[in-house]
Amino acid sequence: MLAVNEFPSLIGFFFGFNHFSCSQFFGVDSVMNKRTFLSLGATFLTLFAVNAQADYALNLKAPATDIASQIYDLHMLILYVCAAIFVVVFGMMFYSIFKHRKSVGHKAAQFHENHWLEVVWTIIPVIILISMAVPATRTILAMKDTTAADMSIKVTGSQWKWAYDYLDQDVKFVSTLSTPEAQIKNEEEKGENYLLEVDNPMVVPVGKKIKILLTAADVIHAWWIPEFGVKQDAIPGFVRETWIRVDKPGTYRGQCAELCGKAHGYMPIVVEAMEEDKYNAWVVAQKEAAAAADAGADKEWAMDELVTAGKAVYEKNCAVCHGATGAGIPPAFPAMTGSAVATGPIEGHIDILLNGKNIMPAWKDVLSDTDIAAVIAYERNALGNSTGDFAQPSAVKAAR
Amino acid sequence: MSQNTNNYYLPAPSLWPLIASIALFLMAGGFAMQMNDVASGSYVLIAGVLVFIYLLYGWFRDVIKESLSGFYNKQVDVSFRWSMGWFIFSEVMFFAGFFGALFYIRTFALDWISGSKLVWPDFVATWPTSGPAATEALEAMGPWGLPAINTLILLISGATLTYAHWGLMKNNRKQLTIGLILTIALGAIFLYLQAHEYAEAAFTMDSGIYGSTFYMLTGFHGMHVTMGTIMLLIILFRVMKGHFNADHHFGFEAVAWYWHFVDVVWLFLFVFVYWL
Amino acid sequence: MSTTTATHHDDHADHGHPTGIMRWVASTNHKDIGTLYLWFSFFMFLFAGALALGIRAELFQPGLQFVEPENFNRLTTLHGLIMIFGAIMPAFVGFANWMIPLMIGTSDLAFPRLNNMSFWLMVPAAILLITSIFVPGGAIAGGWTMYPPLSVQNQSMSVDMSILALHILGVSSIVGSINIITTILNMRAPGMTLMKMPLFVWTWLITAFLLIASMPVLAGALTMLLTDRHFGTSFFDAAGGGDPVLWQHVFWFFGHPEVYIMILPAFGLISTIIPTFARKPLFGYASMVYATAAIALLSFVVWAHHMFTTGMPVAGQLFFMYSTMLISIPTGVKVFNWVATMWRGSMTFETPMLFSIAVVFLFTIGGLSGLVCSILPVDIQVQDTYYVVAHFHYVLFSGAAMSIMGAVYYWLPKWTGHMYDETLGKWHFWLTTIAFNVTFFPMHFTGLAGMPRRIPDYALQFAEFNMISSIGAFALGISQLLFLYVVIKCIKGGAKAEAKSWEGAEGLEWTVPSPAPFHTFETPPTVK
Ligand code: HEA
Ligand code: HEA
Ligand code: CUA
Ligand SMILES: [Cu+2]
Repeated sequence: MLAVNEFPSLIGFFFGFNHFSCSQFFGVDSVMNKRTFLSLGATFLTLFAVNAQADYALNLKAPATDIASQIYDLHMLILYVCAAIFVVVFGMMFYSIFKHRKSVGHKAAQFHENHWLEVVWTIIPVIILISMAVPATRTILAMKDTTAADMSIKVTGSQWKWAYDYLDQDVKFVSTLSTPEAQIKNEEEKGENYLLEVDNPMVVPVGKKIKILLTAADVIHAWWIPEFGVKQDAIPGFVRETWIRVDKPGTYRGQCAELCGKAHGYMPIVVEAMEEDKYNAWVVAQKEAAAAADAGADKEWAMDELVTAGKAVYEKNCAVCHGATGAGIPPAFPAMTGSAVATGPIEGHIDILLNGKNIMPAWKDVLSDTDIAAVIAYERNALGNSTGDFAQPSAVKAAR
Repeated sequence: MSQNTNNYYLPAPSLWPLIASIALFLMAGGFAMQMNDVASGSYVLIAGVLVFIYLLYGWFRDVIKESLSGFYNKQVDVSFRWSMGWFIFSEVMFFAGFFGALFYIRTFALDWISGSKLVWPDFVATWPTSGPAATEALEAMGPWGLPAINTLILLISGATLTYAHWGLMKNNRKQLTIGLILTIALGAIFLYLQAHEYAEAAFTMDSGIYGSTFYMLTGFHGMHVTMGTIMLLIILFRVMKGHFNADHHFGFEAVAWYWHFVDVVWLFLFVFVYWL
Repeated sequence: MSTTTATHHDDHADHGHPTGIMRWVASTNHKDIGTLYLWFSFFMFLFAGALALGIRAELFQPGLQFVEPENFNRLTTLHGLIMIFGAIMPAFVGFANWMIPLMIGTSDLAFPRLNNMSFWLMVPAAILLITSIFVPGGAIAGGWTMYPPLSVQNQSMSVDMSILALHILGVSSIVGSINIITTILNMRAPGMTLMKMPLFVWTWLITAFLLIASMPVLAGALTMLLTDRHFGTSFFDAAGGGDPVLWQHVFWFFGHPEVYIMILPAFGLISTIIPTFARKPLFGYASMVYATAAIALLSFVVWAHHMFTTGMPVAGQLFFMYSTMLISIPTGVKVFNWVATMWRGSMTFETPMLFSIAVVFLFTIGGLSGLVCSILPVDIQVQDTYYVVAHFHYVLFSGAAMSIMGAVYYWLPKWTGHMYDETLGKWHFWLTTIAFNVTFFPMHFTGLAGMPRRIPDYALQFAEFNMISSIGAFALGISQLLFLYVVIKCIKGGAKAEAKSWEGAEGLEWTVPSPAPFHTFETPPTVK
């Protein structure tokens, strides 16, 4: 629950000093340290918040890119201005509420206009707004400038996972929530990164300007990392551009920020920013892994091998819609058990996995031949189906 | 216009509003069921339509009765004018929505799609188009055949209606009747040609965005012409029964306003859907 | 129909008053229809509120406890739709029905029968929305904004039912607005010039204009959605040359005016109540009128501030940011005018005044957070987070809903002929105000800290504030049941109310007895 010593910072927020939340007060927030502490909120906190260990924040996350800190400062500015306006306006109101009440025998004046006054309180807001619009415009122009990028990554949102495609080095992978079901169902203790952890994080080098090309496979999603000050909708059929340049190494966590169906709350985004050499090493590793997978494609597999491999692939990629037991969620998501595709001719089965159909996404860019062959084998010979047949990865490769 | 020019007419309690809500309930419910192929859907829908027709008949019958019994004083007449004006404004906004969609697609969306090379490597924005995923070529509707003739027809119909109005103003019933009949005939011909055009068209609603916008806009316009024609017919019957006179005929004017509005919409259609 | 034809030939003035059920279903009386609207709206408020309590129950703790994720989305969607279209809008129409004829000194609305139809169309719409919960595939779950492709992907029949329900509500709103606008323009008592009209009438005149201009656009959008779902069009599908974002443009072209449709009448109510209890004429009447008009016009050129993250061209982003910021100015004028009206007045603090003061105070918080949202770079961070949820509950609940409550207390004496229980009224006020802030103020923090909206489950750092919100929400809910009790108690009895129930009250409605007789101003008064 809310720690007693947090209360002042609630008041603090109210009067516009909310960035003095404890975590930040103790220097977690670099931007904070740049700021003056000589303010009401600060004194409040120094009085009360001495040994606060708040694991939650009251304000925007500590910025990790230049854009994000521009936004942070912009927000603080607006907050101060608004707080000032608020205090003045309602200072007046409460003064008159206390002084101009009938119970203290105040007689009502009868004035009902004052053109001079009305002009003034129209002009002043105009000036205030201009003073906000100027820095805001500057930041917008900076955000929109995707030119001169050092590298580009194509990011594809789909229900409910993110696919990353490093356009310059052909590295591709899919990133999905790694929080175990049991934690969500409250059957086991929730980890510290509950719902904000993925199997394969996006990895980027620090200090490089990275252009991010966003699109989506099914519905609209939004790619958002608070520390980067980047939130961009991923719109099916369109490619939208944005960019990041991460200052310091670290792990940054965000979430899909556009309602995209039942698991909208379960498609986090994790970005690992690392020094360039570490990054290069990572790229090499990725390529080797991919090569190994390809090799697997040429070898002859036995059915049960494939089925066991397929189980993992299925549960990671397919279960969200078709259900871990193959029950599906009709009418939107057909059952796998007894499905016409999974029990019909295998060519059709391969085709639908490679190229998708309606809301069934195309997997050819996402899964390796081996994975596809494996999951086909699993779907045809488990989940209540037993066609007995299966396809070799090589067959899948051929069908591409 | 008889005894009660001083007081504003207040109708007695009436069940028509309730019947209206029942009609729309059946229509909406039935339509929803029918679209999701629930067997009984169509029946519910038809039932709704029937109730709706009964409603229009009954309600307007009452209104006409009241009008003839002279319950409507000048102020009521002004109310009718204001409300018809605002109603037509709402119709304008309805079409504005679809035109806005058309302009947005043509000026922005298509360029952005063809700019999205990562998704559509070889799509170039053109108009008309049926979209990047289209398989066979699109054969659009040219302006200078039927559409041009239809434009002419509607323009003339506007004139004939005004001719009828002049007749009414100088109590020349013959001119009034002829004008009306001509207008209705022209409206009918327009609808026939429109139907013919649809039948001939080489594309359908699902031929991408061109088909979508084309049928949405021309379709709703066609519906409005149909309604206008029906209303003109009703006016014609009333004229034949001797309703309306030189200074008390808002029923006629309302329909006339509506008809001219539908005219103007067509001109926009002709320019932006068929021509440019 | 017998009733309609039977009474045609007697004098329009005193047709028989049907009693029992017929009095309500066949009504052509603005007071009865106003009452119907207000009760309808209150029950929708309870229902949608109960859905909100479902949301808050699930969000009480991280992890999934009560509702499946998809059901959670259904709760959110229906909560939003029903609150907006079923609770707030009908409530204001109810006030328009009851008060506008009394305020401008006329016998009824211009078209009493159409007026009754506007009400009775709300009922089938509500039935469609609520029964859609039980159809196979479950209720609509794409958010009240119904963004495609998600709302096209969702094959459930409930989506079509909701679309058609909104179509019906649209018809109801348009007909109702035409009726109100005609009444105001054509039926004012002799001498009641436009610039002498009570401000509530002015705000409704402009609201009606907003409705007539924006509702048909929503109808168009819904129609495109429907044909995309069932008739193969591709307005919102890039593969066919369409664009999902097109929906957002058309929807918000309606949607933003819509939010002012929900606040302008509230401004009107506040501007009526504050002068009464400050015993001082409204400050800057003329500037209030111009400000209202300015807000209305601006509201048609700001819609894309809901779409800052869709990646519009920079020119568009700048334009919509600037235009949105501008709205603060006329709104500010209003806030200042209210404060200036209290200034050097002789104030007393009956329940309606308490609500009005709270509205000025809390709405401004919501307005300022709206301004924060309008600063595009900041919105990039807060868009689709609980910061926005906080913003719009501050303007919608403590702006619209609480002004409605205040106005109910203000006119209850006129409606029922009894004074309500002042102590209980004050209790309702304080409970509501405190619980409201406990519920929604923390959402600013969770939003800034990065909690997305429309999620059934959240990361651990949001736990504390969500728990506080949920506790507040249930308190807020219970407080509204107290409201229900106070109203019923007042209808049943209580101190006799005079014609002029409040010492400082001005306006024609206070010249007729309390409770207002069935027919009023059949021969219009003269205003000098
Ligand atoms: C009654 C309804 C209502 C009202 C009145 C408002 C008023 C405003 N709203 Fe709000 N808004 C909503 C209802 C409302 N809004 C809803 C429902 C949503 C969410 C929709 C959804 O996504 O589901 C939303 C979302 C929303 C967004 C999108 C957020 C996002 O999704 O990213 C934005 C962005 O610009 C915004 C801005 C504003 C602004 C600038 C105002 C202005 O009108 C506020 C003006 C008022 C003031 C500024 C305070 C008083 C002024 C002064 C004291 C004068 C001095 C002040 C200055 C000079 C600064 N609103
Ligand atoms: C228009 C006005 C309005 C009002 C008054 C409210 C009132 C409330 N709203 Fe909300 N709300 C919206 C409009 C409104 N809302 C909109 C438009 C959205 C966006 C939807 C979307 O994202 O698509 C939203 C979304 C929204 C969310 C975000 C959901 C999400 O993003 O997933 C939340 C979460 O806490 C919330 C909570 C509440 C609460 C606790 C109240 C409280 O004020 C409610 C008070 C409680 C009651 C009034 C209940 C009283 C009844 C009982 C105690 C039981 C008796 C019950 C019966 C008799 C049936 N609302
Ligand atoms: Cu993906 Cu929300
Ligand atoms: Cu808005």
